[in-house]
Amino acid sequence: MASKLTLSNRAGWTFVLPGFALISAFIVLPFFFAIGLSSTNQRLLSPNPTQFVGLENYQQLLGLAVVTLEPERDDAGEMLRNEAGEIQYPRLREITRSEAYPQYRGMREWFRWQSGENVMIVIASDVVFMKALVNTFLFVLVVAPVQGSLALMLALLINHKVRGINLFRTIYFMPVVVSIVVVSLLWRFIYDGQNGLLNSILQALTFGLFQPVDWLGNPSTALPAVMAMSIWQAVGFHMVIWLAGLQTISPTLYEAAAIEGASRWQTFRYVTWPGLRNTAVLVLVVITMQGFALFAQIDVMTNGGPLDSTQTLVFQAVERGYGKQDISGGSTISVILFAIVLAISLIQRWLTRER
Amino acid sequence: MAVNPDNYGLRLFVRYLVLCLIALIFIFPLVFMINSSFKPDSQLLADTSSLRAFLPVGDISLNNYFGAFRRAPVGLFVLNSVLVTGVTVLLSLLICSLAAFSFAFLRWKGRDVLLSIVIATLIIPFETIAIPLLLLVSKLPWIGLDGLHWGWLNSYRVQIIPWVADGLTIFLFVQYFKGLPGELIEASRVEGASWWQVYYRLVMPLSGPVLATAAILKFLVMYNQYLWPLIVVQQESYRPVMVGLGYFFQLNVAWGEVMAYLTLITVPVLVFYLLLQRAFIASIASTGVKG
Repeated sequence: MASKLTLSNRAGWTFVLPGFALISAFIVLPFFFAIGLSSTNQRLLSPNPTQFVGLENYQQLLGLAVVTLEPERDDAGEMLRNEAGEIQYPRLREITRSEAYPQYRGMREWFRWQSGENVMIVIASDVVFMKALVNTFLFVLVVAPVQGSLALMLALLINHKVRGINLFRTIYFMPVVVSIVVVSLLWRFIYDGQNGLLNSILQALTFGLFQPVDWLGNPSTALPAVMAMSIWQAVGFHMVIWLAGLQTISPTLYEAAAIEGASRWQTFRYVTWPGLRNTAVLVLVVITMQGFALFAQIDVMTNGGPLDSTQTLVFQAVERGYGKQDISGGSTISVILFAIVLAISLIQRWLTRER
Repeated sequence: MAVNPDNYGLRLFVRYLVLCLIALIFIFPLVFMINSSFKPDSQLLADTSSLRAFLPVGDISLNNYFGAFRRAPVGLFVLNSVLVTGVTVLLSLLICSLAAFSFAFLRWKGRDVLLSIVIATLIIPFETIAIPLLLLVSKLPWIGLDGLHWGWLNSYRVQIIPWVADGLTIFLFVQYFKGLPGELIEASRVEGASWWQVYYRLVMPLSGPVLATAAILKFLVMYNQYLWPLIVVQQESYRPVMVGLGYFFQLNVAWGEVMAYLTLITVPVLVFYLLLQRAFIASIASTGVKG
């Protein structure tokens, strides 16, 4: 009797239909669209018909090779040197433009290093994409552990029942509700090279010894500056997730630990941390997902510069797909990004599997 | 265990000191923003090298606010954002709760498959579908008062409709509904209530907490929208607040006006947050229960 009451194909489908249709049209369809578009040369507005190009877009992005340059020698086999005594090497373009190496055609130098007499050069079809890929991974690899652990420390600090603790929790969480666009703009003042707040504070602390740094204008400090701001903005978000995790740990475990005479570190190590295992995986996965989606900070603060030192995957996908109207190129980057995110989700599944 | 009262007092003092210092780190850019919005540009830039940056001192006025309104259609941008955010939140609550109601309480062919698809979309970040979605909406048809036309770019609908339904909102509702007593629903069915009546008269009145959570999360996402309106709305008349910011960065940048604009679009959200901070924090915490 009871089971018949809830059995209704017509009502079931009717209630679900609006929501499911919207999700299908605006999430699922574009997702498969992205995969399809990545094998074409589609542009946003184009007079030419769209053509199927297979994996060409992926080759254009992912093409990598290492070439070895040997020193130039004279007829006697002696290495040629210039006036400063430096060994002379043939120019890279003699290889990338040579008929003898069609596989390297159009590739450009990414970075090089010296190996004995020879020079090794990593060449890439799309150096900017490679930089974006590396920067995005660097961002995630730094932000995930740092933000995650700072958030845990804040959660432990705030988890004490002292008067007024709610006020502090409210303040720590505040940057989360402020738009990342607003936050990024404000931090441009903090990072400014001349009168920036950060430079002013550092100079005051070192009694004027500190030399001002143009944090966002310097290729070696721009990405770390974006990382620091991103950590600041969302650390309160993860603090709240940690707090939710902390509250699931039974107080009796802490009582037992106190009776056993456990130190604070032992209590954390053997009671708190094991109880937070799933929360830890969740926090890391959420930070990772947010990290791979890095866009607004870059768009507002650096535009990918200086010297491509803050290029990211999403920034590149948007710059190509929207800025250059190269829908297929942008979609290809999107698919690669999704493949990375999917791999991380699968790792999460595996880490939190039932044992 | 004997507690030394002096030691206890000292430790409490240190604890509060640490808490306050950390609070300063989180609050100082916002204090800087609000104070700067009252200062003329020359003073604003000079003040950043001292503590004056955080104090409302010197030549204080509302001139920047008047300037911001003269420079850009600020009221229009705010109206656009409020409209898009409000409509999306309301539609989302209705459509996602209906779908979740069906997933949680009814049994029908295909339910499990559809629910799995909805859950699977949780791992698709919006950023990975933005570009193909741009192509899709640029070709969609729309029937308006002036007949059929193609392409959704530069409109309210392109900012609203794709954001109405999402996996997380449906999932939050399903989780909540599963915690409600199923016997109640069956009992009202026995009494002859239609499914719509069960949804409207019985389940919705019990769903205050999850409605608040879903509304707050959607509100934050919608009001702070940036990437999507940036690529689909070029016309000024449909621009939301975050994209409208671009207005202040053409030609010469008047920083005081920028600060006034940032304050105008941020402070209402902050006030809203401070009033409902428990609900805000609870809604973020509840997303952590997923997975």
